[in-house]
Amino acid sequence: MSKKMSKKITRRNMIKSSVAAVGAVAGSGLITGFPAIHAAGTPTLRYLGTAVNMGNEPEKKLFEDTGIKVKYISKTTDDVVKTILTQPNSFDIVDSEYFSMPKLVPSGSLLGMDTKKIKEWGNVVTAFTEGKVAGKTIGDQGTAPKKVLYLKGAKSKEFSKDPTQYVTLIPTVYNADTLGIRPDLIKRPISTWAELLNPEFKGKASILNIPSIGIMDAAMVVEAMGEYKYPDKGNMTKKEIDLTMKIFTEAKKAGQFRAFWSDFNESVNLMASGEVVIQSMWSPAITAVRSQGIPCVYQPLKEGYRAWAAGFALPSTAKGRQADIAYEYINWFLSGWMGAYLNRQGYYSAVLTTAEKNMKSYEWDYWMKGKPASQDILSPTGKKLASKGEIRDGGSYEDRMGSVACWNATMDENKYMVRKWNEMIAS
Amino acid sequence: MNNRKSFFLAAPFYLVFLCFFLIPLILTVIVSFWDYNEYSIIPDFIFENYAYIFNNCFDYSKDVCVTFKTYLSTFYFCFLSWLFTLLAGFTIAYFLAFHVKSLGLQITLFLICTIPFWTSNVIRMVSWIPLLGRNGLFNSFLLSTGIIDDPQEWFLYSHFSVVLAFIHLYTLFMIVPIFNSMLRIDKSIIEAAYDAGANGFQILINIIIPLCKPGIVIGSIFVITVVMGDFITIGIMGGQQLASIGKIIQVEMSYLQLPAAAANAVILLIITIFIIWIMTKFIDIRKEL
Repeated sequence: MSKKMSKKITRRNMIKSSVAAVGAVAGSGLITGFPAIHAAGTPTLRYLGTAVNMGNEPEKKLFEDTGIKVKYISKTTDDVVKTILTQPNSFDIVDSEYFSMPKLVPSGSLLGMDTKKIKEWGNVVTAFTEGKVAGKTIGDQGTAPKKVLYLKGAKSKEFSKDPTQYVTLIPTVYNADTLGIRPDLIKRPISTWAELLNPEFKGKASILNIPSIGIMDAAMVVEAMGEYKYPDKGNMTKKEIDLTMKIFTEAKKAGQFRAFWSDFNESVNLMASGEVVIQSMWSPAITAVRSQGIPCVYQPLKEGYRAWAAGFALPSTAKGRQADIAYEYINWFLSGWMGAYLNRQGYYSAVLTTAEKNMKSYEWDYWMKGKPASQDILSPTGKKLASKGEIRDGGSYEDRMGSVACWNATMDENKYMVRKWNEMIAS
Repeated sequence: MNNRKSFFLAAPFYLVFLCFFLIPLILTVIVSFWDYNEYSIIPDFIFENYAYIFNNCFDYSKDVCVTFKTYLSTFYFCFLSWLFTLLAGFTIAYFLAFHVKSLGLQITLFLICTIPFWTSNVIRMVSWIPLLGRNGLFNSFLLSTGIIDDPQEWFLYSHFSVVLAFIHLYTLFMIVPIFNSMLRIDKSIIEAAYDAGANGFQILINIIIPLCKPGIVIGSIFVITVVMGDFITIGIMGGQQLASIGKIIQVEMSYLQLPAAAANAVILLIITIFIIWIMTKFIDIRKEL
């Protein structure tokens, strides 16, 4: 019997049956285990950034709209910079902050972004391109985006003062930061940054322990107290750093601070538990405290806001299909759905015209116009953020972004500043 | 011949030790003499990184410098954590080894000691916050019983909370080696001591403690090296207001000031090795193992 069988299995038969078998396997969907076959069809992006723009809903929506799959690599602001410099091949697209540009651009590890490939480039808000909001020039102390936006060429390591075709980052998201307070525990109006060091809040204040951002909040406080007026808070001299740190060191020794925080969640816990009643804080942290049913206000202050801004860049090694996919992703990002998603969390989208089309008019009125909510305001995940009749802290886009006093910064004396900051923590 | 054979047997370990310990260590020492700017480290041979660490340290007209202050605070945490983990660890090990008679119960109780290690150390630390906070369980209990009139703030974000967390985290590191030493003590020695009229205290001082020395030293090395390099516990439990060398190194690394961080790491290493060297003067661990 075996003899008969072996005769029957000719080469031709063999091939036929193998093909049939492979076809059957492929047809029944068993082949998904082979990434090589699969990946050729599905474009995939490795996306390095802080968690701000990352989420399940955007990931799903992106795949629906464009067929692009995104793999998030989430790190802290400082670690994103470190990764760009030390592992430039570990990502396809990066979401970084403008204040990191003075460090990153001279290193040549990022590619100049071609604005001609960005459909909505003409609609990017003027806060980025001209440093203006509603025609009014806003504060530009620190590393304001307009100072580090344009490059002299695609592979240039120098910034250009005048607009060019190539930019460092394609802007995506930005916001104006201020102090967060617990109105139920403070029980009186707060209107100035100086309150952070008010002895009334001894042992109940906090500031963030990220030197490059903390120093800016500290400078806002020092200036508000009338101790010193900085020519440029975002680029202090050694003497100015000494002065700022001295005031904060004395406050720290006197027990002004309950704790310092360096992680978003820590700031939420400090505030929600009532350990701290006034502190530097980020907008989504306020949202997180509020969604626990605890009153928390992102208090507008008369000296203005400290702003930050982020955008997309490609590693200098990017080319070909991978680069095209990255540009396609950026164009999707600015096309509206994502802008609405960001606006609904209290951030601002870099292209507002498309975001508006993706928001209900009552949402737009609440988040952007500073009007009282005509119905309950929900977060993108469906949690209630504000009840009918409430107004957004700080009011409209023009009111908030128009009152920006300074931007997150990298100073010339950065090395010295970090050392002095460490000394304050150690004191 | 025999020598060569044992060399080959030990070779894989030598290799691992070389690749993952010695070479990185040598690189760290080399980089500590390099220069740096915002985005890169520059090969050089400068002492600036070390000079900065000891800047103003030998100027006695001024306050204690940051580096000395930071080390003093680290030593302080080290001493207190060592003392309390030793007392707690020794007591628990003593109870397990000499008072629990059945082996099954011994193993069960020992495993119970390891339960906290089933979660990460950060979670173990964070779980103290609702207990110790201003509106935490401790304060509400003390307030409701009338023992205190105002919430106590020193429970959390203080030296107290840091030491408490260290004890919670690292007592097991003391229990294990001490328990191990105690199990090796020949019971007949203790019986002989009883027969000769020694009381429990004399047995503890003259027999058990001397024979547990290797376990105590090994446990102490674990605790001291971990506490010397720690920055997470001091950060979370101290509200990031207390200095630690580890935190300084971490901040420097996150700003890519790698040579400065390397210099700090080298000094920390030298000091830690020195402490361990002193401890091994008290007992020859190799001989005792």
